[in-house]
Amino acid sequence: MPKLTYRDASLAAIQHSMRDDSTVWCVGEDLGRGGVFGQYKGLREEFGDARISDAPISEAAIMGAAFGAAMIGTRPIVEMRFSDFALCATDELVNQIAKARFMFGGQSRAPMVIRKPMGLWRSSAAQHSQSLESWYAHIPGLVVVCPGTPQDNYSMLMAAIACDDPVVYLEHKGIWDIEGEVDFSKKYEFGKAEIRREGTDVTIVSWSNTANLAVEAANALSGQGVSAEVIDLRSLWPWDKEAVLKSVAKTGHLVVAHESVAVGGFGAEIVATVAEKAGHTLKGPVRRLGAPRSLVSYAPNLEDMLRVTSEMMVTAAQETLKKAS
Amino acid sequence: MTFAGHNFERGRSLLEMMERIRAFEEQACLAAERDQLVLGAIHPSIGQEAVAAGIMYNLTTEDILLSTHRGHGHTLAKGASSLAMMRELLGREGGCCGGKGGSMHIADFDVGMLGANGVVGANITIAAGAAHAIKLLGDDRIVVDIFGDGAINRGPFLEGMNWAVVFKLPILFVCEDNQYSATTKTSSMTAGDGAAARATSLGMRSTTVDGNDVELIADTAADIASRLRAGGPPEFLHAKTYRRTGHTSFDPATYRPANEAAEEEKRSDPIKRQRAVLEAAGMSEADIQSLHENAQKEMIDVLKEAAETPFPTNETAFKDVQDIGSPAVEAY
Repeated sequence: MPKLTYRDASLAAIQHSMRDDSTVWCVGEDLGRGGVFGQYKGLREEFGDARISDAPISEAAIMGAAFGAAMIGTRPIVEMRFSDFALCATDELVNQIAKARFMFGGQSRAPMVIRKPMGLWRSSAAQHSQSLESWYAHIPGLVVVCPGTPQDNYSMLMAAIACDDPVVYLEHKGIWDIEGEVDFSKKYEFGKAEIRREGTDVTIVSWSNTANLAVEAANALSGQGVSAEVIDLRSLWPWDKEAVLKSVAKTGHLVVAHESVAVGGFGAEIVATVAEKAGHTLKGPVRRLGAPRSLVSYAPNLEDMLRVTSEMMVTAAQETLKKAS
Repeated sequence: MTFAGHNFERGRSLLEMMERIRAFEEQACLAAERDQLVLGAIHPSIGQEAVAAGIMYNLTTEDILLSTHRGHGHTLAKGASSLAMMRELLGREGGCCGGKGGSMHIADFDVGMLGANGVVGANITIAAGAAHAIKLLGDDRIVVDIFGDGAINRGPFLEGMNWAVVFKLPILFVCEDNQYSATTKTSSMTAGDGAAARATSLGMRSTTVDGNDVELIADTAADIASRLRAGGPPEFLHAKTYRRTGHTSFDPATYRPANEAAEEEKRSDPIKRQRAVLEAAGMSEADIQSLHENAQKEMIDVLKEAAETPFPTNETAFKDVQDIGSPAVEAY
């Protein structure tokens, strides 16, 4: 099994998909030179400039044109460069792409992948650091995924490209260089969480890079004699309720953690679902970790004030366990 | 006016289509106001029919059309069924979109009509993308995108047209200029020399026509379509017309001079003008009248049949949202 970076795993997925299906193409700013994070490097040499298409700095046109092209029988991969810039194409995504199939009574499909690198990336400040995954989870018509490992960034991108629904594909730009073994034969099933670590005392639910931090937290907790189960949801819509409910039924303790703002975050959806469907099985208070409802700063110490860390998860796990006893 | 070389069959067909569009919209307005059967807003194109008829005459059902919230005429002229359209306006089963889109989202993919749009100007980038895909796939179809004069002040107008020029796409952008942006005169809200000048500034070939002269529009569209089919770059057509109704069927349009619409009707109604053209070319008054009567009858029957069609089943509210994570399985 090859060892690949998170970046190169996505590159391999695109390469394999484009070799298999001539209707797959990529469009976005600066793709010809390999993309702003190098996640398209070498693809133009293999597939040419029509299928690895540079675009003007026109996010609305990139999103809208890709949608038009998706309705005519191609499978575009849309690169938004930074998830923050995708806000320039909100009408195209929310009013057009997400709604077309329904509004037109099932006449159209929008098989497209919308790549939006998100998350904290040292000193990128307020307009290049956001995580807005909960917004998209709120929009009927969209599939929303947040891969956190090289394996997932291969398998999930392969699945997203093959999917007939529009997939909002949120990579974390802080982890392009993390490495891991990637099994190209491993298939991803939408809505299926990954149990990143099994445990019996407390369930930590997370996604994207925060799931990696949750694994670190679980390792630290294990040193203290606490067995934490880490669930990496991987996709927010659909999300794996069964995996979470099953784990909570076992542990009776729940910590939910995400990098995005806690208020109105997807963590609230998970907690509400657990409260509604399995509240009686909880043995301690639920803890929800997310960023304070402030803005990301440039200065590193200020940026860190908004960061959800593995230490915070350890403390949260200890608290919910302590309050129970 | 001379009619040497006048294509009589085409002229007749253009009038017939305009009569059908007019009759469809008159019945739709009655269905809204008299019968209370059309519950949502409809945006009639009464007085603007020449643009739809003249352009669509030159397209096949393989060609692609995208339109606006004022798109009944374009859709009908592209070949959609009047019954399916009326059912859609009434929100009934068997409507073009199964009753889920209504007037503003009318679409018929079988005839290459990829949708009206409830957001002004939004289709400009989408249409450019449809043309982009046609080019990628190596097809020989062309795309027409029609939008109003209000759309030229939206961002997608610049982004989509720039895109089409940069990628040399087979697309005709049509500004169907009815002079009003919803309820405000467009000229009072638009800097510079307007639609055609903006297209020209992007290096696009731009033609301005009298938007109530259906013969001229058909001629112009034929020339443009043949250039696009031969691999030519995108083009722009500015067709200046006039919106005789309010913004919606229930807008009394009190914001404009009281006699403006009546004066325009007298001066430039495209149907009256085309009747005169055909009469001069030798068509009998009875034949001209029969086109009118046939259209009226078709649309009266269509409204009656649509009104007798049931509403969609309740389960349809959860259908066709998405395959993955469908709400038909679980609400949350």
